Amino acid sequence: MKILVCITHVPDTTSKIAFTDGDTKFDTTGVQYIIGPYDDYALARAVELKEQTEGSITVLNVGTAETEPTIRKALAIGADDAIRVNAEPTDSLFVAQQIANAVKKEGFDLILMGRESLDFNGGMVHGMVGELLGIPSVSPVMTLDMDGFTAKMTRETEGGKESIELDLPFVAGCQEPIAEWKIPNMRGIMSARSKPLNVIEPTGNDQGATLEKYELPAAKGAVKMVSADNVQELVDLLKNEAKIL
Amino acid sequence: MTKKAIKGGEFLIRETEAHEVFTPEEFTEEQKMIAQTCRDFLDTEVYPHLDEIDSMKNPDIMPNLMDKAGELGLLGTSVPEEFGGFGMDFNTTMLVSEVIGGGHSFAVALSAHTGIGTLPILYYGNEEQKQKYVPKLASGEYKAAYCLTEPDSGSDANSGKTKAVLSGDGKHYLVTGQKMWITNGGFADIFIVFAKIEDDKNLTAFIIEKSFGGITMNEEEKKMGIKGSSTRQIFFNDCKVPVENMLSDRQNGFKIAVNILNVGRIKLGVAAIGASKMIANKSTEYANERKQFGTPIANFGAIKHKLANIAVKTFASESGHYRASQNIDDAYNAFVAEGINPGEARLKSLYEFSIECAILKVHGSEVLDYCADEGVQIYGGMGFSAEGPMDRAYRDARINRIFEGTNEINRMLCIDMLLKRAMKGELDLMGPAMAVQQELMSIPDFGADDDSTLFAKEKKVLRNLKKAGLMVSGAAVQKYMDKLSTEQEVLMNLADMLIEGYIAESTLLRVEKMVTAKGEDACAIEIDMMKIYMNEATEKCVLAAKEAIYAISEGDTQRMMLMGLKRFTKTEPFNLKDARRRVADHMIKENKYPF
Repeated sequence: MKILVCITHVPDTTSKIAFTDGDTKFDTTGVQYIIGPYDDYALARAVELKEQTEGSITVLNVGTAETEPTIRKALAIGADDAIRVNAEPTDSLFVAQQIANAVKKEGFDLILMGRESLDFNGGMVHGMVGELLGIPSVSPVMTLDMDGFTAKMTRETEGGKESIELDLPFVAGCQEPIAEWKIPNMRGIMSARSKPLNVIEPTGNDQGATLEKYELPAAKGAVKMVSADNVQELVDLLKNEAKIL
Repeated sequence: MTKKAIKGGEFLIRETEAHEVFTPEEFTEEQKMIAQTCRDFLDTEVYPHLDEIDSMKNPDIMPNLMDKAGELGLLGTSVPEEFGGFGMDFNTTMLVSEVIGGGHSFAVALSAHTGIGTLPILYYGNEEQKQKYVPKLASGEYKAAYCLTEPDSGSDANSGKTKAVLSGDGKHYLVTGQKMWITNGGFADIFIVFAKIEDDKNLTAFIIEKSFGGITMNEEEKKMGIKGSSTRQIFFNDCKVPVENMLSDRQNGFKIAVNILNVGRIKLGVAAIGASKMIANKSTEYANERKQFGTPIANFGAIKHKLANIAVKTFASESGHYRASQNIDDAYNAFVAEGINPGEARLKSLYEFSIECAILKVHGSEVLDYCADEGVQIYGGMGFSAEGPMDRAYRDARINRIFEGTNEINRMLCIDMLLKRAMKGELDLMGPAMAVQQELMSIPDFGADDDSTLFAKEKKVLRNLKKAGLMVSGAAVQKYMDKLSTEQEVLMNLADMLIEGYIAESTLLRVEKMVTAKGEDACAIEIDMMKIYMNEATEKCVLAAKEAIYAISEGDTQRMMLMGLKRFTKTEPFNLKDARRRVADHMIKENKYPF
């Protein structure tokens, strides 16, 4: 089974978010980058599946050269080789097209990625890739087991869970607890340097969206504590101060 | 030695250039990934369980953690690949020690196992011993402990009373004795034990397996800190050790103990820096969160002062550690290139820089204690509460000034080793010391400073600090001659000057290298940190030098030396308050120790 895991290169979840150039650019000063946490789970599941069945794992990232340390980390975790599409991941459609092109060229049985990236949280790429390739896409997938060429999955739905059986090939947007999160070990880190990382140029330039401006959410206000036995005060505050009643 | 040929201790008399030092900014992506693996391990396996680890209620928790660390390869970083490890260079293993150093009791268990537990066999074992034990130590299947200290033999390690008696059939040594403060004692499978055979003057080392029998131990020691680290008193009672388990030659044990401690010292120092960074991170976060008088306490100058000092000392000490560890790697590579076998080359390279190892052990552990103390203060009431993180950080920090040779022993060692090398002709201290004497007699140079090159003024301050050190050391040697070793107070003063000189120079060279790579604007905060540290180092040297001068001289000689000291420690005014504010503001903005 040939597995493709698509990974994003996103700011560490503890990063301080700020913007520059009149709020049109993300301020990267002092920001550490990581594999998108949901993508990390997808990769971890791919490694587990590879341990159970014969196969190979390729990771793909759409990004400029600065994403290579992140890609190397994915190789250290257990991917066999990597593709970097040499372009800024400007929007979901563009990224989905690059992934679909790679799949058409290389032929993968299973395409895994996170349910969404952790920078723009679009959550659209898996659906678009499925559409562009004419194969099913499922998200958010919480469990995924293979039985030959058939996958058994559970998907989170509004207020419940859905069990799905699906034949390869398909696309899955993953989330925890699909796999145990993996820390790269020393052997993996040392072998990552010699694994192939192929850089390819992007094809097409369809932009589904253009960016106008970034904005931070409003700062949280102070919290006022009201004693549990003082309902009247709470009602007064909600009515007169918060003005939401 | 070929490349660079920098000798241990030579920094005192040699002007090192920035391009000759390694700085933490130069770590490769791979090394950064290794550091991140260590951080991830602490975050997922250690930090969520700190209370459980320290409670010692579950005796399996630490060995299980060691097993998990072994699965990740963290126990075999310095072990060559042929023995199941990863054969990483010394600098990389230092980085692992640094990050794991923030892991409280777990850090102690790991470092005892990988350092004093594993290295004696790796460096001194014969091929059979290495093949038999090292792969299992590198994987974590065997856990190791190091048994040197005895109830009446601590700093005076060679005075141990444990005996090894050859059995009648000549096949075994029967080891009998009592060992104290044995880290990992409770769960170790392998003990490196030092004992005396017959009336030998020096110790002999043995590899003892728990399964040999004749081993009993007391309950876990109750300690001030590192409570989760197994610390036992161990009794060997006619423990039957096969003769082939003697490590190295008879009476070579003390040498093993001393040489292994060199690596233990620098690694302890860098682990302390890891713990200091953790404190710096947490203190910054807390100062940003905690509000008093309607504003985060991070906005108060007194708190900024503390945050900046924590960062400056940590940054400075870190500069010294990685400078020395690269020197050790370079020396190792040069020895290997000369045809010396890797184990011996490792030992020789560590021995070469044993003065620096002692300096860094003292400095790292004292920086950590400073940071822990100020961390508690920044946390205020929550710092004193056992519910907050500073309680554990404060208690755990304290041992570092005691083990791997107390800081007092290490201070004396620095000077002792330096003087011995001078006497052997390995270091020319006499020439530079005489030149300083000459300078004292001559008219001071009132000419304008040449400040056309980067940090010319700071470099002059540093050159002068070294002169002050040579002046006082030279006078102390002349006064006491071979009795100097009994004047411990003066030795402490001399050591303080040596330590501060080394760390100040390392910081200056690191920042100079950073500026060369990125420009002054991009390194403005680091330049501030360097200047703050230079000022601190100078003040400490003045204090230490005065104490020594008062003790060793009088009359005209004393007056001349005090004038010389004044000349050699002259600095230009620098607004420390504003500089500290800039450093702290950067930390506050980033909400962490960002260097």
